[in-house]
Amino acid sequence: MTRILRHRLVLPIAALVALVLVNTISRPSFVSITVRDGQLYGSVIDILRNSAPLMLVALGMTIVIATRGIDLSVGALMAVSGAVALTIIDGSGAPDSPATLAIAIAAGVAVTLVFGAWNGFLVAVLGIQPIIATLVLMLAGRGIALLITGGFITTVTSTPYKFMSQGYLLGLPFAFYVSVVAIVLVAVIQRRTALGVLTESVGINPEASRLAGVRSRGIVWGAYAASGLLAGFAGILYSSNIMAADANAAGQYIELDAILAVVLGGTSLMGGKFSIAGTVIGVFTIQTLKSTITFLGVPPAVSPLFMALVVVIVVLVQSQRVRGGTLRLWNALTARSTKDAEVAR
Amino acid sequence: MTEDTAVRPIVAMTGITIRFPGVLALDNVDFALRPGEVHSLMGENGAGKSTLIKALTGVYAIDGGSILIDGEPRSFAHTADAQAAGISTVYQEVNLCPNLSVGENVMLGHEPRRAGGIDWRATHAEAARHLGNLGVAIDTHSILSSHSIALQQLVAISRAMVTESRVLVLDEPTSSLDRGEVVQLFGVIRDLRDRGVAILFVSHFLDQVFEISDHITVLRNGRLVGSSPAADLTRGELVAQMLGREFDELASISQAADRSIDRGGHPVVSATGLGRRGVLEPSDLDVFDGEVVGIAGLLGSGRTELVRLLYGADHADSGRVAVRGSTVRLTTPRHAIENRIAFSSEDRRAEGIIGDLTVAENIVLGIQARRGWLRKIGGAEQASIVAEYIEALGVRPADPSMLVRNLSGGNQQKVLLARWLATAPQLIILDEPTRGIDVGAKADIQRKVAELAGQGLAVVFISSELEEVVRLAHRIVVMRDRRKLGELDAHDTNVDDVVAAIAAEAREEAREGVA
Repeated sequence: MTRILRHRLVLPIAALVALVLVNTISRPSFVSITVRDGQLYGSVIDILRNSAPLMLVALGMTIVIATRGIDLSVGALMAVSGAVALTIIDGSGAPDSPATLAIAIAAGVAVTLVFGAWNGFLVAVLGIQPIIATLVLMLAGRGIALLITGGFITTVTSTPYKFMSQGYLLGLPFAFYVSVVAIVLVAVIQRRTALGVLTESVGINPEASRLAGVRSRGIVWGAYAASGLLAGFAGILYSSNIMAADANAAGQYIELDAILAVVLGGTSLMGGKFSIAGTVIGVFTIQTLKSTITFLGVPPAVSPLFMALVVVIVVLVQSQRVRGGTLRLWNALTARSTKDAEVAR
Repeated sequence: MTEDTAVRPIVAMTGITIRFPGVLALDNVDFALRPGEVHSLMGENGAGKSTLIKALTGVYAIDGGSILIDGEPRSFAHTADAQAAGISTVYQEVNLCPNLSVGENVMLGHEPRRAGGIDWRATHAEAARHLGNLGVAIDTHSILSSHSIALQQLVAISRAMVTESRVLVLDEPTSSLDRGEVVQLFGVIRDLRDRGVAILFVSHFLDQVFEISDHITVLRNGRLVGSSPAADLTRGELVAQMLGREFDELASISQAADRSIDRGGHPVVSATGLGRRGVLEPSDLDVFDGEVVGIAGLLGSGRTELVRLLYGADHADSGRVAVRGSTVRLTTPRHAIENRIAFSSEDRRAEGIIGDLTVAENIVLGIQARRGWLRKIGGAEQASIVAEYIEALGVRPADPSMLVRNLSGGNQQKVLLARWLATAPQLIILDEPTRGIDVGAKADIQRKVAELAGQGLAVVFISSELEEVVRLAHRIVVMRDRRKLGELDAHDTNVDDVVAAIAAEAREEAREGVA
């Protein structure tokens, strides 16, 4: 029992469950799922679908954070991939053809992959601090996206493109399948190969890893490239949802949500040990929190404050020091009350 | 200055004991510092010098013993407590604010005030006065970082004088100074001493220690080895005290040097003129199959620098390395590993173990890194490799799933040895593999090294404990002042011979160029 309680995913899961409980109690329809035309609808289904872009970004962020880094450029890269893809569709004669779709998506993610590799180059080869290195594209990326769209919000009509975020497959949103595929791919690449443990090794002790012969540079570089690639796919999903390439709104502040999701999932910002499952739970927690804010009728003006409060509570509960301090306080209090009881006797 | 035991010590530390997880860092150490003396604290890495200083300056809380300052018992919970008691420290890396002016640094926190604000004119005048007392005349408005490290150190000392410190701790102050700057610093130190300040001096340059010290205290493995007036101590005695000799259970390991080594063919690894400016003068090193080459020398003698250059951990700017006769490029650790050379660093925590990974993951890390990430070592294969080495080296507890940072130092060292042996090296370089570990683990590791060499592995063995070097090595390379002095055949060589070789009168000019 204590073994289960000590598992590092216990608290993230508890936080998510608590959040779902609060929602269900305040509005029982939260967990209800209705079936229409063989497709599932309901708040939970919405969460599964809407969390897809954040899921992709947070998976990449997990790997980057495991190497002791951080990637602030993901939101801007989402804007870039959306701009590239929609500009290609907009300019093609056949916006509904699968070939156009494939070219648009491939071009969009290829560009962000290159940008991710650029981040990796700055960090792994030139040794620039990750926060500064990725800040470059965080700021420049949206400008690049605006350049691509010519300063306008490009809108298109393309049924297959729209399908990606709004369509259904076998009763579930297609975007959810994208999430699942990304989770499985990242988990397999990290955990079925030795990449995961080598990444952790570099994150925990870069110098010892180098002396042990680990290709630290390649591992760090690859992490940023993967983060760029995943942000690219997230950008495709986002633009598919609104069918527009909005260089300013696409993926705005998503880097912060992603970092938060990683931390909620129990991966330390100090790098090292990371948990894909933890990140997945963290993403669902954040997405649930966002819909909770809507459910509870929190006015939009104070919703960031509400979100911040919940985050502070979750992070405090996870903090070793706070937990240790609370435990000591508890022990001191109970010790005193037993002593008082003895004295009273 | 003569020893005057009649003067009451300003600092009297008695029975100081400090424990770290798994290690007794200081074991019942007594230390007394008197006003008007320069007292050197000597010892190799891990001897407990820094720990003792940190106990005195309030960085570490003591687990046992007492500290009397000027006769009054004190307990320091914070560095501020120690400073309030008149103890100031100047570290090797100057801990001032490099982007503030010299005057601001000298007076920080003690600025004269006027009408609720800082009186800058008075502040700089005061700073200039304090600097002038040390014979330093510089513009107090200039930015600190624009001055040399030597001047910054004098600024740090001035700062200590502002707080009217009665005890000044100088931790490796000369390590980045040139000879002229050392002379200036020593002038200041002597001046302060004559004004009654007690000075605790730490340096690993023997000549400087003898030049400046009135009294020398030696620590080894957390224990007090000796404390005597500098005039009563010869260089050889000091080296012998620092490096120690142990005749206990380790003596059971047979003199490895009795086995003869075939030096007919190509050496496994042969370095010619390997060096790097300011780090190591060009040096040669050959190691043959089945041979243990010991490197003897004090800390900073170049022993670690030599093997780091050989392994490619640092870049050499001169010399070449041949493996079995053919010249190879060793500019990164990966090149060395491809040539089946293994290197275990002296700094186990920072450069050896991956603390938050398990014992098993740490052991297979070397093989895994060599195979690349795509070919993961499977569960069964990993289990068998790990079990084999845990058994062979006696890692305790024998739990592969334990985080390696929770192991004792000796067992961490065994895990590192296992990591390298699993990669089947032809040469293994062990830099201080026995530092800071208990005697049982020491014996285990030495036995293992002798056994491996017997099976044909070439070994480079560095240790501050000369007994170990003499016991294990077939050939001993003697180094001092970042230079190889020569080699001794370990046959018919005893510790005293090695001590004599290290302590042979140093040539002044040889050391001057060393930054």
